[in-house]
Amino acid sequence: MERLGGFFDRIGLAMAGKRNPWGRPSGKSGDGEDDGDTGDTPSGETPRGPRNPWLPGNGVGNRGERPRRSASIEDIFKNRGPEGPRRTGGPGGPNFRLPQRPGGKSWFPVAMGAIVLLWLAVTSVHFVQPREQGIVMWLGGKYSRTMQPGTNFTFPWPIQTVDVTNVSEIRQNQIGEGGENLILTGDQNLVDLSYLVRWNIKDLVQFRFELAEPEETLNEVAEAAMRAAVAETQLDTILSGAGRQQVEQRVRSRMQEILDAYDAGIAVQGVEIARTEAPQQVIEAFNDVLAARQDAERNLNDARRYEQQLLAQAQGGAAEFDNIYEEYRLAPEVTRRRLYYETMESVLADTDKTIVEADGVTPYLPLPEVQRRARRGQANGDAAAVPAPPAGGQ
Amino acid sequence: MWERHKFSIIAVVVLAVALLSSLVIVPETQQAVKIRTGEPVAVINRFDPDEPYGSTGAGLWYRIPLLDRIQYVDRRILDLDMRGETVLSNDQQRLEVNAYARYRIFDPVLFVQRAGSEDQLRNQLEPILTSVLRQELGRRTFASLLTPERGNAMENIRDALDRQARQYGAQVIDVRIKRADLPQGTPLQAAFTRMESDRQEEAGTIRARGERDAQIIRAEAEAQAARIFADAYNKDPEFYDFYRAMQSYRRTFETGDGQSSIIMSPDNEYLRQFRGGR
Repeated sequence: MERLGGFFDRIGLAMAGKRNPWGRPSGKSGDGEDDGDTGDTPSGETPRGPRNPWLPGNGVGNRGERPRRSASIEDIFKNRGPEGPRRTGGPGGPNFRLPQRPGGKSWFPVAMGAIVLLWLAVTSVHFVQPREQGIVMWLGGKYSRTMQPGTNFTFPWPIQTVDVTNVSEIRQNQIGEGGENLILTGDQNLVDLSYLVRWNIKDLVQFRFELAEPEETLNEVAEAAMRAAVAETQLDTILSGAGRQQVEQRVRSRMQEILDAYDAGIAVQGVEIARTEAPQQVIEAFNDVLAARQDAERNLNDARRYEQQLLAQAQGGAAEFDNIYEEYRLAPEVTRRRLYYETMESVLADTDKTIVEADGVTPYLPLPEVQRRARRGQANGDAAAVPAPPAGGQ
Repeated sequence: MWERHKFSIIAVVVLAVALLSSLVIVPETQQAVKIRTGEPVAVINRFDPDEPYGSTGAGLWYRIPLLDRIQYVDRRILDLDMRGETVLSNDQQRLEVNAYARYRIFDPVLFVQRAGSEDQLRNQLEPILTSVLRQELGRRTFASLLTPERGNAMENIRDALDRQARQYGAQVIDVRIKRADLPQGTPLQAAFTRMESDRQEEAGTIRARGERDAQIIRAEAEAQAARIFADAYNKDPEFYDFYRAMQSYRRTFETGDGQSSIIMSPDNEYLRQFRGGR
């Protein structure tokens, strides 16, 4: 009973200094509000009554006391400025009174009615947005029904409670981000994969009631399905774009299957592989394969260029011959002679010529070539006239 | 107020406390076992897959205060996570396996009597899962662990685990391998080394093929060029011989800045007219 007394005491405290909301002028002495502090407070506690805000000096002389339990607006105004208690007549001022109702009745029932109406409106009318659904539960946690988009009426809280969730929103779970996520492939290689699962709630009731940890379940199922799918494919297939799509499809359908078996109420919209790479440790070797492809390509290009050049040359040469031959056919003998003399002319014009007249004459060597070389060895290489070869002595 | 209505207020409070302590709230996600002086007497909201939500036993129930104790048992699908365990396949390869099981408590009374709490059930089931997994996977080759054939292994594991779980009033719905990784250290390094050598081999092959193809292209080009020449020259081989000789003379004697010397015999064809002879 002692404790109960303290409890009521505390209610009295909580009300202390606050204006009575029902419009009765508050804080009149002898209002019965002050009864609390003379009540049987538990021993060992200093008596804590409501502070009378109209006592002069209140709020100044309370240093060293326990912190105040209530900070009413008047008390705060009291402590501001040297002019002491404020006497403005604004609402919330100390002398504020509600205007009299006609007939002199109390405002109390009106206020109560308003509050009840507000409570009914707020807790029993629900506007569910187009992408949302709501679960209605009876007091005590029994499922009542699911609200579809639109205006819905329920019993007011706490008879029925409502939980509205966006069910169409596509949620995204990233898996394998942050560091390497190595998965074994079918040919016992490793691939570094990260992927994204896009899902939404298919059946809100199942989603809420069937699984203890829907999100975690989704992630675990995704991981199991992804690893199973990757284990069925070769590394090269996954690294290539086409194989990736196949894996995505397979993971999606497998995930849906498993989640439906759990009655998870989740629809997997899509699985998207974000990253497929060779493990960091062997990336060099993989890059070398790419380099090899480029090398091979370059090699082929070189060969093709050579081919083009060679064919061009051949065609050029053939065309040249064809042209000459055309002339030659028209005038064989003359053309032949002409070509012969032209060639000899140009060949012999630039070379040293020695004509040996008779048989049995041994020409004296060194030949002019040799002499020229000897001359070049001297200081200034004047190209002097070719000295006549000394008479060949016999 | 307090003085005047002391007794009525106390009465109201006592009534409220009595009412609240005899009320039981069972949400849709929970089953509840009513235990009267240590003896389970009733199950509220027992799991039944055929009952649609809304007609289940969830909601407000009563109990006798001080005599009845209510123990809640989760009604949803619960998960059992296995820590990474190293499994030895029958060809002595190690594999680090991480699995999960999903189970549901369908017999709360049995569960309360045998297991007590979910944590205790997990502690019971986890070693069983681990050992069953080891046995089942240890019968298979490493390669087959990675293939879809694993599915049948998972079924065996699930059935074995289910048999154990049913003793505690739980049913195992699904067991899946979440991850199967090569253990750190030698096995992982070996895989990396193999991958590396595979790639090196591939790179070598690609380069060799590229060279081969390039060579083929060059050879074919040469053959084609030869064909083009032959087609042209075959019109008159004799004239070709002459024409080509002329080209050749120019090329050999004209290059080298006229440093060649020619010693001609006077009966050279070129000097025919020079000799005045006919």
